[in-house]
Amino acid sequence: MNYWVAYKTIVYKEVSRFVRIWPQTILPPAVTMTLYFLIFGNLIGSRIGDMGGFSYMQYIAPGIIMMSVITNSYSNVVSSFYSAKFQKHIEEILVAPVPNWIILAGYVTGGVSRGLMVGFVVTSVALFFTHLQVHSSVITVMTVLGTSILFSLGGLINGAFAKSFDDISIVPVFILTPLTYLGGVFYSIDLLPDFWRHVSLYNPILYMVNAFRYGILGESDIGISVAFIVLSGFILILVATAMWVLNKGAGIKN
Amino acid sequence: MKALKIRKLRKVYKNGFEALKGIDLTVDEGDFFALLGPNGAGKSTTIGIISSLVTKTEGVVKIFDVDIDEALETAKSFIGLVPQEINFSQFETPEQIVVNQAGYYGIDRPLAKERAERYLKQLGLWGKRHAPARTLSGGMKRRLMIARALIHQPRLLILDEPTAGVDIELRRSMWDFLREINRQGITIILTTHYLEEAESLCRNIAIIDHGNIIQYSTMKSLLAQLHVETFVLDLVSPVDKLPVIEDFEVRKIDDMTLEVDIEKRHTLNDLFAKLTEKKIKVMSMRNKANRLEELFIHLLGKKQ
Repeated sequence: MNYWVAYKTIVYKEVSRFVRIWPQTILPPAVTMTLYFLIFGNLIGSRIGDMGGFSYMQYIAPGIIMMSVITNSYSNVVSSFYSAKFQKHIEEILVAPVPNWIILAGYVTGGVSRGLMVGFVVTSVALFFTHLQVHSSVITVMTVLGTSILFSLGGLINGAFAKSFDDISIVPVFILTPLTYLGGVFYSIDLLPDFWRHVSLYNPILYMVNAFRYGILGESDIGISVAFIVLSGFILILVATAMWVLNKGAGIKN
Repeated sequence: MKALKIRKLRKVYKNGFEALKGIDLTVDEGDFFALLGPNGAGKSTTIGIISSLVTKTEGVVKIFDVDIDEALETAKSFIGLVPQEINFSQFETPEQIVVNQAGYYGIDRPLAKERAERYLKQLGLWGKRHAPARTLSGGMKRRLMIARALIHQPRLLILDEPTAGVDIELRRSMWDFLREINRQGITIILTTHYLEEAESLCRNIAIIDHGNIIQYSTMKSLLAQLHVETFVLDLVSPVDKLPVIEDFEVRKIDDMTLEVDIEKRHTLNDLFAKLTEKKIKVMSMRNKANRLEELFIHLLGKKQ
């Protein structure tokens, strides 16, 4: 059995899916993020002044790019996996001799591909509004890859347990969006009172946004090594959970 | 070699429903095997476990001597499944669906495309290869699932109600196709509600009811159990009253139609001799019900 072919097939299917429906997958984040840059960055940001030694537009750009990567990696896998379950064509893979780690790798690669593609589009939009230079390309790439892997894994777990289309929007709406908004996308946590600053440190998205901001601007509210430990730790936990879900067939098999 | 060997297979669902109560089943390599039973009898659960879509509670399942608990991937590679419900993406085209399926079995794209062309042509879908699957007719969707199941050239093909909702002409052409691939050496397990289909295609049969195998034999010996067959006779001229024919139970449907029960110890010649004596001429005759259907109802009734 050639696992490489099986992996390529899942990735091909996943990428063709979101490319085929690009007006639903690629275009909306570009439009939304343009509005963020226009309203928060340009109109309001011009009155806020500098933050961390950068213009407000420059300061929020990495967070906004990261927000689109997180949302799109997650929603790609959760919607694709749940639709496959709903339409039952997940059975095409389940009856085939494809090991679960290949299924996981294939879906995660699909999610990462969309996250990166949207991230690239949003970065291009950001460059219309502000100047960005990469402080550390290694940290930038590692952060964006790690984050999109993490949220793709989360999407798969959510998709496996979801029993209706409502279930696939609960996590993005009630957990991901608040955590992202409170994860230092639009502000430095140093501006917060001590109590809320400490509370913010329990938000994992804070570490990803700051690591990415460090990669682009060289500016972060938290230590980069701590950010990578948190990111790696969460990836390991979610890989173990996703493998358990697939091995057990939880939410997938009878 | 046995294509399928099942021992003491049990399935208890989370809600406590025991769908399979420790069944044993063996299918020989090269066989065309019918697995019949009423709705909810356990057919689809059995097929689900064989194809690893359903997790068994207890028991042993071996595909060509490979235990699914020991080498699941190898066992899976032997099987092609045509499920009861349509289970492909409605947004993909037949060619994409079949080629992707080959990919899951590790078959490179050039070879997959070559095979896709062969099977889509054989099943009359080549002209629709670029059409979104949702635009195909019901019969085409069923044929597409057969093409998809064959793309990795399985040794065991499992068909769960493959001709449900398919018109008669198409059903017959699908039967011919299945007979042909069986002749080429592929073992086939078929579940169907069209008992005429099972009688026409299958050599061996198991009947499952309430999670138990209640009949397991060759089609021939099963049909030999049929003691009475009912025929409908269309007459040349009307009869006024119900004719009494010794040794046969006759019912009058209308002036031009009689229904006759013929026991196994009598022949059609006996019946026709007596009809001739009574000057009753028969224009045509047919079985009232399919023979297997009569037995099926009889067996299920006996168990209840």
